[in-house]
Amino acid sequence: MFRYIASRVLLLIPTFIGISFVAFMFIRLLPGDPVIALAGERGMTPERHQMLLEQFGFNRPIWEQYFSFLWNIFHGDFGTSIASKRAVLADFLTLFPATLELSLCAMLFAVIIGIPAGIFAAVKRGSIFDQLSMGIALVGYSMPIFWWGILLIILFAGILHWTPVSGRMDLIYFFKPTTGFMLIDSLISGPKGAFKSAFSHLILPTIVLGTIPLAVIARQTRSAMLEVLGEDYVRTARAKGLAPKRVIGIHALRNAMIPVITTIGLQMGLLMAGAILTETIFSWPGIGKWMIDAIAKRDYVVVQGGLMLVALIVMTVNLIVDLLYAVVNPRIRVK
Amino acid sequence: MGRFAEFWFYFSVNKGAVIGLVTLIFLVLVAILGPFIAPHAPYEQYREALLTPPAWQEGGNTSFLLGTDAVGRDLLSRLIYGARFSLFIGLIVVAISMVTGVILGVLAGYFRGWVDALIMRIMDIILAFPPLLLALVLVAILGPGLFNAMIAIALVLQPHFARLTRAAVMSEKNREYVIAAKLAGAGHIRLMFKTILPNCLAPLIVQGTLSFSNAILEAAALGFLGMGAQPPTPEWGTMLAEAREFILRAWWVVTFPGLAILVTVLAINLVGDGLRDALDPKLKRS
Repeated sequence: MFRYIASRVLLLIPTFIGISFVAFMFIRLLPGDPVIALAGERGMTPERHQMLLEQFGFNRPIWEQYFSFLWNIFHGDFGTSIASKRAVLADFLTLFPATLELSLCAMLFAVIIGIPAGIFAAVKRGSIFDQLSMGIALVGYSMPIFWWGILLIILFAGILHWTPVSGRMDLIYFFKPTTGFMLIDSLISGPKGAFKSAFSHLILPTIVLGTIPLAVIARQTRSAMLEVLGEDYVRTARAKGLAPKRVIGIHALRNAMIPVITTIGLQMGLLMAGAILTETIFSWPGIGKWMIDAIAKRDYVVVQGGLMLVALIVMTVNLIVDLLYAVVNPRIRVK
Repeated sequence: MGRFAEFWFYFSVNKGAVIGLVTLIFLVLVAILGPFIAPHAPYEQYREALLTPPAWQEGGNTSFLLGTDAVGRDLLSRLIYGARFSLFIGLIVVAISMVTGVILGVLAGYFRGWVDALIMRIMDIILAFPPLLLALVLVAILGPGLFNAMIAIALVLQPHFARLTRAAVMSEKNREYVIAAKLAGAGHIRLMFKTILPNCLAPLIVQGTLSFSNAILEAAALGFLGMGAQPPTPEWGTMLAEAREFILRAWWVVTFPGLAILVTVLAINLVGDGLRDALDPKLKRS
């Protein structure tokens, strides 16, 4: 197991170098003068230009620039936003809980509905429930989620007035953020009604962001379950007279869940990396919206730092998923 | 013909796949015949008929069947022209990503060693970024627009082809027919692309269909975020972005473009499921 972990971690090094190189090259590949792109100033004097050129280090050899970029990253310096004049890492850390809260809720929503639906569809293969749920799953899988979000806003916020249109919290409530998770903070220190407000703000974004993972998980659970139900050991378990519930719930489910867990993990990585569309539609103050705003405002330092941080998160989550997979599936680690 | 008949037998068992195929053929016809069947020009603004509701609703007008948008353009005509954009985007993106991905995958799987390591590490790096985010950043470098969006999406989708091809080539490479061809004196290029590749096509076709629908979705998403096709292009995602401010006043300007995307993507995915079941029993999942 140790050798497996070591080899898996070692493989991250080239990926990390590649990711940092992509983020590093990003600013240098932008059309036009990188000094102007970075400083975000118009009509600067040649002296000012020269000063900034030296400050950003564009006059040094490219490999030296890359190493100083890496050096800064290892010291937690991802640059300073042109627009907000705040450190990119600080902004990221402030906004990340919003994205994390939303992705956890979306994943919970997808798992709670997707896994039982998939199991039931597999057990009742060919039934109306199977056909209907897999039909819905395919529609969910094909859904342009930015449109789906708009439809839900029209229906639930516009016509029925059940939920708010956007944001995380009604503006009338104000309290100190402790954990950054609105659901928890509003329970601990929020005034009366704050939790309800946080919860109602989460409903629509959760459904929208959870739709595709839900469809993927339901489809995958069904197919994994069908595969396992055809195995010899399941037939043996049935033949020796175990109750169907026990065969499905214990013998089959355990093995069927292995690929599903991987899917959940990989989807989680992608969700955490910025639910760009969902956050944009609902004005959710998270990483995805932050990146989109930065691109729109040409705040390229933020784009560069955000790109790097997001890729690091995806990389870490995928590593954890791989290691967990090796824990539940011994065949992987002895290979 | 025998092989096609066999394929059709398995494909047509899946009713969903047949429905998807019929819908897709219909959409392709609409796209090709666009200029002949669209009732109006897609950019023509009817200033006296701004935000006209669909014909069946009160205040509707039969000359604008699905209503008009905020500057008085006929929605149906724009949707018809949009089909041309979306299908064209899907086709080009799949072509670019498939050709580059397959070449890289064949090289990696055939030569192994450092070629393999280099190519696969680059693919890992591309896959480490969320696809939409990477596409957005590429468009920021290249400049917003439909053509650049297509290049960006092709680059993002390409590693899936490379990985799949590599795996397939590796499993075929040591088969007897390949060794026989090698002994008969076939060179590397011939072995890679004429001997091995045709036997790896089934999973690639399935992946191609999946990428086709993904490309349409991503292009629409980029258009929606203002980084893809630019207004007044009648691209469905761009139309949605323009319609956003009217969501509570004029439901039709937001509903129909999204519905068009959903129907198209769904039809392609249905066909993809059918192809998967018919082409490769090993991949059979549902």
